[in-house]
Amino acid sequence: MTDDDLVFRALADPTRRHLLDRLFERDGRTLTELESELEMTRFGVMKHLRILEEAGLVVTRREGRQKLHYLNPVPIRLIHDRWIDKYRERQVSVLAYLKSELEETA
Amino acid sequence: MTTMTEQATQVYSVFIRATPEQVWDAITKPEFTTRYFHGTRIESTFEPGAPYLSLAGDGDETLVDGEVLESDPPRMLKHTWRALYDPETASEPFSRVTWEIEPQEGGVTKLTVVHDQLEAAPKTAESVAGGWSHVLSGLKTLLETGEPLQG
Repeated sequence: MTDDDLVFRALADPTRRHLLDRLFERDGRTLTELESELEMTRFGVMKHLRILEEAGLVVTRREGRQKLHYLNPVPIRLIHDRWIDKYRERQVSVLAYLKSELEETA
Repeated sequence: MTTMTEQATQVYSVFIRATPEQVWDAITKPEFTTRYFHGTRIESTFEPGAPYLSLAGDGDETLVDGEVLESDPPRMLKHTWRALYDPETASEPFSRVTWEIEPQEGGVTKLTVVHDQLEAAPKTAESVAGGWSHVLSGLKTLLETGEPLQG
């Protein structure tokens, strides 16, 4: 799987998107904190966090005895820069073309 | 990212098809930074205690100032950070930026930026929150394709 595939796979699940939203609200959380906000077993949360980590969307760091989970927005930015921008630019240029055509014939 | 609460520790990570030495050069040489870091020129000797300055590409205006805390080329660079481009961030205390460069298998290098000690600098925390993703995306694109990001 390519890097992009891993990111799309990780984002294709509502629980994992929910986990990212929780980290977006407050970053640097322990597994126990994240688990307390989900109706799910610790094992289930761990499994989802691992998939997010494999995609690079979550990065863990040790702080003393704790393992903290951080949201890493860079993979989403890469998809934005490589995919979304491309199509958005094209759409904008079509609109710009349409505008100039319509204004010329008006 | 205005809806995000300001985070006192922010972590950004990216995998780049390049060597640790190439990543180090991209971080420490102005001919690279002007092409992905908001057009800024880096200026520092990268020795502990030396100033870390980020200058506007087309002039001598200092946009970020700081001091090199630790330097271990091509593995790690740690420096303080004060954003001078905005009067509100300029009046906040220094925060800290750590660049970690780790070689991976298959000719890939993992670059992690940790921007922390932002507890007393909420405006800076808000200001850099979207910026680092853009910078690292641009750095990856530059090293892998030789071209800066469009737009």
